[in-house]
Amino acid sequence: MSIASSRLTPAVLPVDGDGALMPPVEEPPSRRRRFARAGGFTPYALLTPALIALLVITGWPLLQLGIMSFQEYGRAQVFGAAPEFVGIDNYVAILTDPEFWGVLGRSVVFAAVCVVTTMVLGTLVALLLNQLGTVLRTIVSVGLLLAWAMPPLSATIVWGWIFDTQYGVLNHILTDWFGLDFEGHSWLIEPLSFFFVAAIIIVWGAVPFVAFMLYAGLTQVPEDVLEAAQLDGAGGVQRFFLVVVPFIKPILVIVTILQVIWDLRVFTQIYALQSIGGLAEQTNTLGVYIYRVSLGSADFGIGGAVSVILVLLLVAVSIFYVRQTVKEDAL
Amino acid sequence: MTTAMASAQAGSAALAHRAARDRHARLRRRAGSALTGLAALIVFVASVFPVYWMVNTSFQPNSQVRGSELHFWPDNGTLDNYANVILGDTRAPFAPALVNSLTISLITVAVALVFAFLAALAVTRFRFRSRAGLIIAILIVQMIPAEAMIISIFRLVDGWHLLNSVLGLSAVYIATVLPFTIWTLRGFVNGVPAELEEAAMIDGLSRAGAFWRITFPLLAPGLVATGIFGFIQAWNEFVFALVLNPRPEAMTLPVWLRTFLDPNGGINWAELMAASTLVAIPVVIFFLLVQKRMTGGLVAGAVKG
Repeated sequence: MSIASSRLTPAVLPVDGDGALMPPVEEPPSRRRRFARAGGFTPYALLTPALIALLVITGWPLLQLGIMSFQEYGRAQVFGAAPEFVGIDNYVAILTDPEFWGVLGRSVVFAAVCVVTTMVLGTLVALLLNQLGTVLRTIVSVGLLLAWAMPPLSATIVWGWIFDTQYGVLNHILTDWFGLDFEGHSWLIEPLSFFFVAAIIIVWGAVPFVAFMLYAGLTQVPEDVLEAAQLDGAGGVQRFFLVVVPFIKPILVIVTILQVIWDLRVFTQIYALQSIGGLAEQTNTLGVYIYRVSLGSADFGIGGAVSVILVLLLVAVSIFYVRQTVKEDAL
Repeated sequence: MTTAMASAQAGSAALAHRAARDRHARLRRRAGSALTGLAALIVFVASVFPVYWMVNTSFQPNSQVRGSELHFWPDNGTLDNYANVILGDTRAPFAPALVNSLTISLITVAVALVFAFLAALAVTRFRFRSRAGLIIAILIVQMIPAEAMIISIFRLVDGWHLLNSVLGLSAVYIATVLPFTIWTLRGFVNGVPAELEEAAMIDGLSRAGAFWRITFPLLAPGLVATGIFGFIQAWNEFVFALVLNPRPEAMTLPVWLRTFLDPNGGINWAELMAASTLVAIPVVIFFLLVQKRMTGGLVAGAVKG
């Protein structure tokens, strides 16, 4: 593991031939440590602006959120009535509400499908990039970059247009070119079909990131090890799982966790797709549900409790991410 | 004699065998490269098609877009959609949204870069108590979803009387991009060997002087790349903008774009595509400029500092 990660370093930092930005590959940690010193108050002074910003705009609201989740907090409270503490009533209300369980289950399953699809396709595209010659690789990379660069909202709207019931290009092509009966077919009205479209949008936007990260890792897998494996009679698939995967495992793990986190908290794509033509009640995921409960129904106490559950869920996943990152990185 | 002949025969047989094997390998390689070529084509088309379709639609008159024929090229090319979207007065106006997006993103980047840079220095060039704990906290804070915070952030900003203002949204964005920015800059600062500063200090520079003269210039490209990435994040942000700045004159571009999605009135797809293109252009350009450095930075952020 540690060998793999130290070999990965050069690809991992700015590529461009900016040698100066590359970390010294085999710098013993003790050296940096010797130079870095206590410095008295200086580090704290340097940290102050960032910490104040984070405490005020992230820490404080987070605390408020926690408190609010134990309060009755509705329209009356927004207009000045004192919020009343209701203990764990909000949580009981949520945990006994089948709609919440529906939303939670939907979010988790949807995220799982998106993550698995993204990782499989991303890995395949990375392997493809590794196979291609310079010219083709550059062309494919530019295409991937375009997809990656598209703002999520624009991307969702464009896909909504492609899947449009009346004039969408997809229904056009399926009907005119393939003779299928897709004229006036609505892709968004059926929840399962809605999530199929949403998954395409999310996977389309996420595959480039995964592919580039893994490709950066693949270029670091030493040729001679692969050759040796080939001489020993390992086929392509075996070489991939026995040689390549162990080498790129750190990146693989971290990218997967990031995808889990991003897909669990998805908001923009679902919300915008609902605006284009989905049925909100049947297609809410956690993020959108919080938005609708708190700002739509002005039930901030319940919304707060759902928020706390989402935060806890993501922090739990983040702990894996942090552990993996710390393992790779002498803090 | 016989042995010589036998061995010659065996030799030519081996030769023929090898030639056949080479031919096979060549064929397989050619088939393989045709397959990878095909795969490359599929990946390229799948990535590019939506972007191409957006731009293609944006240059066609809406009547043609709603026609029964597909136009893969804007034959009756028109700029009307762009003109309507930018100048039209039926929806939220474009100009203020553009100005708001630019101002808010620039303020966010400027402040976040300064704050994050100082913090990155603290965690890379100094040792102090709870340093590791702090870095871990930054990593975790980065994962807290905006969606979960909308209610309490709304109340906070409302309490400051900064709803529908540039300042309120900028402040929220600064906090949103800070953890990522600190983490990325930390990677860049770690990438400049402290020995360079040591050497300069031996040559008589002060610690701060060594940093400014030696390390800072080497960090400039990393700062620019990180800044642009923060800019893109602020430019694209949707949830907070939707909740905190709903008034037409206070909207940012994503919220402005959303006003085109009116399920009751029917969607004017041609104009919507023009609007989407306008929102996407700056991001795509910036992204292409910095991606190389940030691809590295992102893994650096994720894997190694």
